[in-house]
Amino acid sequence: MKIDIATEGPSNGFNFDNCARNAMLQKNGFVCPTAVKTGTTIVGIVFNDGVILGADTRATEGPIVASKNCEKIHYLAKNMYCCGAGTAADTEMTTSMISSQLELHRLNTGRVVPVETANTLLKQMLFRYQGYIGAALILGGVDSTGPHVYTIHPHGSTQISPYTTMGSGSLAAMSVFEARWKEGMSEEDGKKLVRDAIAAGIFNDLGSGSNVDLCVIRKNYTTEYLRGYEYANLKGVRELSYDFPKGTTAVLKTNVKRFEITETIRPIDSGSVPMETA
Amino acid sequence: MLSIEDFPEYQIPGAKQVRFNPYESNGGSVVAIAGDDYAIIAADTRLSSGYSIHTRHQDKSFKLSEKTVLASTGCWCDTLSLASLIKARMQMYEHLHNKKMSTTAVAQMLSILMYNRRFFPYYVSNVLAGIDENGEGVVYSYDPIGHCERKKYSAGGTAGPLLQPVLDSQVGLKNQVGVERSPIPMERAKAIIRDTLISAAERDIYTGDGVIFNIITKDGIKQERIDLRKD
Repeated sequence: MKIDIATEGPSNGFNFDNCARNAMLQKNGFVCPTAVKTGTTIVGIVFNDGVILGADTRATEGPIVASKNCEKIHYLAKNMYCCGAGTAADTEMTTSMISSQLELHRLNTGRVVPVETANTLLKQMLFRYQGYIGAALILGGVDSTGPHVYTIHPHGSTQISPYTTMGSGSLAAMSVFEARWKEGMSEEDGKKLVRDAIAAGIFNDLGSGSNVDLCVIRKNYTTEYLRGYEYANLKGVRELSYDFPKGTTAVLKTNVKRFEITETIRPIDSGSVPMETA
Repeated sequence: MLSIEDFPEYQIPGAKQVRFNPYESNGGSVVAIAGDDYAIIAADTRLSSGYSIHTRHQDKSFKLSEKTVLASTGCWCDTLSLASLIKARMQMYEHLHNKKMSTTAVAQMLSILMYNRRFFPYYVSNVLAGIDENGEGVVYSYDPIGHCERKKYSAGGTAGPLLQPVLDSQVGLKNQVGVERSPIPMERAKAIIRDTLISAAERDIYTGDGVIFNIITKDGIKQERIDLRKD
């Protein structure tokens, strides 16, 4: 018997089936829905014994704030995290796919995966898609050769630097780093610097906002994910109550359907053993 | 809107099109509510372009007389140009007729001034509030080419589409049964404006930093300020 239908799963990778149809729709004046972009401030620095990553928590859809508290620092491996700016879905899916590959690599080799490996996997994937995957990333982590921060652009180019910023608030954040970053900073000073850089983006860039998230990865392979490190903006408190009294919504039509309920009692066989639930 | 790209048969090979966009959106939101004998008009104080903030302290309201205040958002240079034109025309009116312009007359004139630029419009979202000849609070709202409507409440600017339904519910009491439709007290109107702009600052990136209220009564115009979030 043929069981072809069971073996025919969806093929790997992206599916481009709708491209021709969508091009036709657009030609006829159809306006495509837009993806959520994280007009973002993300940063990363190297400090005395590790790296610190930072991000704001605003996601936007054009002029509207889509999310007031989204996560932009993504897990890659125990010794690596990655900040994402750009198209929200792309940054999330790219980092989670690479995270899986890194875990398989770690299990195959039995070692801590070097940060450079993650960088290579990310840049090769992004280059393959020629910038159509709109992910601008800051990769930070530690390995046997020390702490590293990589900047990865959507087209696949990368660079190593001791301090870096990306996203729409990158200029505001970089101005803080250019003024105050020094080699061999303490963790406390580093956290304060990253906080200030993100805050500069939050207040001076309209695409960034809400809270500051931090992630510290130390040389001794301990990590600290500080979600909601600082609430840079408190939510405005409203004065009035906006509860509607019962019956405010008009009832236009009432239709009652009566159920006929009949009941029969069937005794359970007393010889059966009750199910084990302990 | 159709452009030359939609008519390939008329395109000349090698010809390069050069375009100039004279408009810019500088953001901001306006809310106005009129009561029986007062009108309140408030605007946020953020002036921005693109993802940058120009200033956090821009008063977007223009006191046109002791009874009339205009608040406008959109292209800030057009706003300034239009406001000074209105002020000049109001002075001409005063000299010609030897009396102050009423709020209703200003409202009518503003509509005409804007329609005068029908094919190169002032890129502004105007809301005019004041006290009319009978001492009643009024709000007039406009589109960029001079459509004018007299109302009791209105919201405009970048968060206008977010705020108008809230006003329809809380001030207009639309689609509600068994509610008391009494005139809205000034303190409640002020609280609603405050709350709506706080909510706008949560979700509209162009609205924030602060609010300036203009409270118009028969005794004159009083300004009040509150802070909004700054991100």
